[in-house]
Amino acid sequence: MTTAATHSERLSVLDRPNSYIGKTVPRPNIERLVQGRGLYVSDMVLPRMVQVVYLRSPHAHARIIEIDTVAAKQVPGVIAVVTGKELSAVITPWVGVLSHMKGLKSAPQHAIAIDHVCWQGEAVAAIVATSRAVAEDAAELVAVEYEELEAVTDMRTALDPGTPVIHASLGDNLAFERHLDAGAVDQAFAGSDEVVEADFVFGRHTGVTLEPRAVVADWSAAEARLTIYQGTQAPHMVQNIAALHLGLQDSQVRVVCKDVGGSFGIKVHVYADEMATYALSKLLRRPVKYVADRVESFNTDIHARDHLCRGRIGVKRDGTITAFEIDDLTGIGPYSMYPRTSAIEANQVVNLVGGPYVAKNYRARTRVVFQNKNVMCQYRGVGHPVACSVTEGLVDLAAAKIGMDPVEIRRRNLVPDDAYPCASPSGLKFELLSHHAALNRLMAMMDYDGLRAEQAALRKKNIHRGIGIASFIEITNPSAAFYGVGGARISSQDGVAVRMDATGAAICQTSITEQGQGSESLTAQIVGSVLGVPMERVRVILGDTDNTPYGGGTWASRGAGIGGEAALQAAKALRSNILDVAAAILQSTPAELDIVNNAIVNAGDGSTRIELSELARIVYFRPDTLPPGIQPELMATRHFVPRDYPFAFTNGIQASWLEVDTDTGFVKLLKHWVVEDCGTIINPQLVDEQIRGGVVQGLGAALFEKCIYDERGQLTNANMADYLVPMSGEMPDIDIGHVVSPTAETELGAKGAGEAGTAGAAAAVANAVNDALRPFGATITEIPLTPQTILTALRRI
Amino acid sequence: MTMEAPIVLVPISLQVNGEPVEAQVLPRLNLADFLREHLSLTGTHVGCEHGVCGACTVRVNGDIVRSCLMLAVQTHRASVETIEGLSDSGEIADLQASFRQRNALQCGYCTPGMLMTAQDLLKQHPEAGREQIREHLSGNYCRCTGYQAIVDAVEATARTRMERPS
Repeated sequence: MTTAATHSERLSVLDRPNSYIGKTVPRPNIERLVQGRGLYVSDMVLPRMVQVVYLRSPHAHARIIEIDTVAAKQVPGVIAVVTGKELSAVITPWVGVLSHMKGLKSAPQHAIAIDHVCWQGEAVAAIVATSRAVAEDAAELVAVEYEELEAVTDMRTALDPGTPVIHASLGDNLAFERHLDAGAVDQAFAGSDEVVEADFVFGRHTGVTLEPRAVVADWSAAEARLTIYQGTQAPHMVQNIAALHLGLQDSQVRVVCKDVGGSFGIKVHVYADEMATYALSKLLRRPVKYVADRVESFNTDIHARDHLCRGRIGVKRDGTITAFEIDDLTGIGPYSMYPRTSAIEANQVVNLVGGPYVAKNYRARTRVVFQNKNVMCQYRGVGHPVACSVTEGLVDLAAAKIGMDPVEIRRRNLVPDDAYPCASPSGLKFELLSHHAALNRLMAMMDYDGLRAEQAALRKKNIHRGIGIASFIEITNPSAAFYGVGGARISSQDGVAVRMDATGAAICQTSITEQGQGSESLTAQIVGSVLGVPMERVRVILGDTDNTPYGGGTWASRGAGIGGEAALQAAKALRSNILDVAAAILQSTPAELDIVNNAIVNAGDGSTRIELSELARIVYFRPDTLPPGIQPELMATRHFVPRDYPFAFTNGIQASWLEVDTDTGFVKLLKHWVVEDCGTIINPQLVDEQIRGGVVQGLGAALFEKCIYDERGQLTNANMADYLVPMSGEMPDIDIGHVVSPTAETELGAKGAGEAGTAGAAAAVANAVNDALRPFGATITEIPLTPQTILTALRRI
Repeated sequence: MTMEAPIVLVPISLQVNGEPVEAQVLPRLNLADFLREHLSLTGTHVGCEHGVCGACTVRVNGDIVRSCLMLAVQTHRASVETIEGLSDSGEIADLQASFRQRNALQCGYCTPGMLMTAQDLLKQHPEAGREQIREHLSGNYCRCTGYQAIVDAVEATARTRMERPS
């Protein structure tokens, strides 16, 4: 491991004997999951609970003429059949815009469609029954008369005058547009030796969480309070949104998040059917459960990355990249998603293209258009995979054009490691990155020269292997700049409360959430290290708006960096309080004492003075024996939000080694490498597993995953047999290395790691495929790289 | 749906995790829903309900099956084993420990099915290597880990079991 910067004096609290920071320890919450004894929302049962099934539009675009619910209501076991109009009595519609996305517009969206359906899968009626099976039976008896309208499906023609406007009130199908022009782009292209251009095509895909979205909403008419059990990444956001649209105060809504069966950004949003379920519980005054089936998941879980992006790069013969230019187009479905909006992804693409490189000349345009397909919004990596694929694809095309090795052109253009702090042409501020250290580490790990020799030797045997490299930057630890400044009530700060119980054990409440990343583990590791108690003595409570401090949750690679720092500061404050009490009891001073392994010890010689359990006993049961004037506070709360930098950028580099079968078009992934710099590493195993998991989601996008719509807006592969995701048999082993450049903005120094893998994986694979196909003169700038795409490029079909 | 057809409950008698179970079920009830909703054995997870993802894998008469593709009535007189049973008997304690040590799960939703399938492989092919493990687990989707940690954990268990005198 290379340490690019040291903050040893600042890390002193963590650099203690028995510190868990930087150590691989098993997650404390994992045992119940390996025994199948977790509690996912889909497992939950409450007294008087009923199940809701949503009848969904079979048309991508239609008017609802009439809904006849009479027959359905007569089915034994049916409690209610509710239309959008009826439900609107208890829930108001919403518009997914934010003020800092200038010009972003969207139309009011209802929990259940009223009059107008805008995508295949939009709910048109709710059927509530004693069981899901009965509700599904009854759903078949709901008769809906539609007048089918022309569907807007092709984003390339969405803005044409002849194309129908989906929402008449908006005037056109343009949701958002952004232009950026930095430096002197035309001059730079004119001064280039070569200018290369390509159209990059990205397959619309989705997260495919293994547990579908699920919610149990429980309105208590007696308490006038709604409890929402939901696998959400952002409980306080859900609390606020539910309250706002049900006409309640935030304090009348409690959101509880137990185990979550995969999330990846899919579960950071508030979906119309979830809103409808909250409203139904209020309407029917009883618990209502909704669990999406897999077809519904494909039709309603947010999609992402449906982009067409024309890119240009200018390069000089010595390899100097002179300029980048992109013209990006993306179709987001019929509504901007609520409350995070669907302009963020395109905005990120504009922000991130060219980000790792020195070139100062950059022009970009993105247009975000409405269409009659499922909604698109933030999914793991948000814009990074698109920006990285365009940037790295262009860099490789430029290198090929001037006959330079892809590694060499990067070496000559990546921002130098001693250039920080600095900013990108799009205005991103970089505190400290390590592109060159990462590149050097990657070269050593993968034996680049050895692989090139192997590639050359195998080509003679008609075996076509390729190497693909992709450098990337990643946005982590977002401040209020992400959502708060745009008027969204989505917190960018997190809070942690730590207390010592009467046995000397620690209990910690944090506002970050757990979906398997290890939020609970990293919190316990930090608190245990600072307090001087073993992890087994730290209990972490998360995912409950009644029982944690207010905060953002876990998304945008923020849990460790923001929630971890809050945990560190809270534990430090508690530690200080404990030492004050100990000093009073022991007639010493706090400076002379320390806490090690459940005991107050002499800081000098480490000898034990008093066990924490004894201290706690005195504090809680015999405070009468404490010196006069001492009021122990064995609980401390701290909050944290980054203020110096809007985002803590991280960086990294990936490489793919693969083989293309030029007869079948199949790609075999042989090996994948990642070098990543997320600052201070709290748990190396958890960081590596975040990166591996992220890489494999990126590999899915590179090779398999695509939501295939026909020209009428019908999703034709909305099931797991037809929508392909990576399986164990076709995934490679992934080697991971690190460079460590902690952020100086926090004492912990941690940045995020959750999206790095997804950011660069597809770019590395696409570059490797093109590297393999170079002898054939074929270049592909489209993902997924299906056999059909590859054989077409090879002119074999 | 035909509303006219009388709904006939079918009596079934089976063993679940070694315990006798008597039940009256609708013919259309699948085994996954029977285990989860009638017996509250929620360790068997439902991911796709069409036999692709493997999250609902259980053992019926010793063979692993997709419980979403089997009807409860088909288990009459059969022995069904779920993750709860395998956990309590200690049969896969070493495999579970290996998953824990290697962090071979994140959200944990695929894990019960993954453990079922891995144990099936290790019983049939105690000497299984990485390629064989990857192949055998290919019917069990995991969206979190990228599979490598799972393969590592199964491989480590295979090695330990091979070294252990039987």
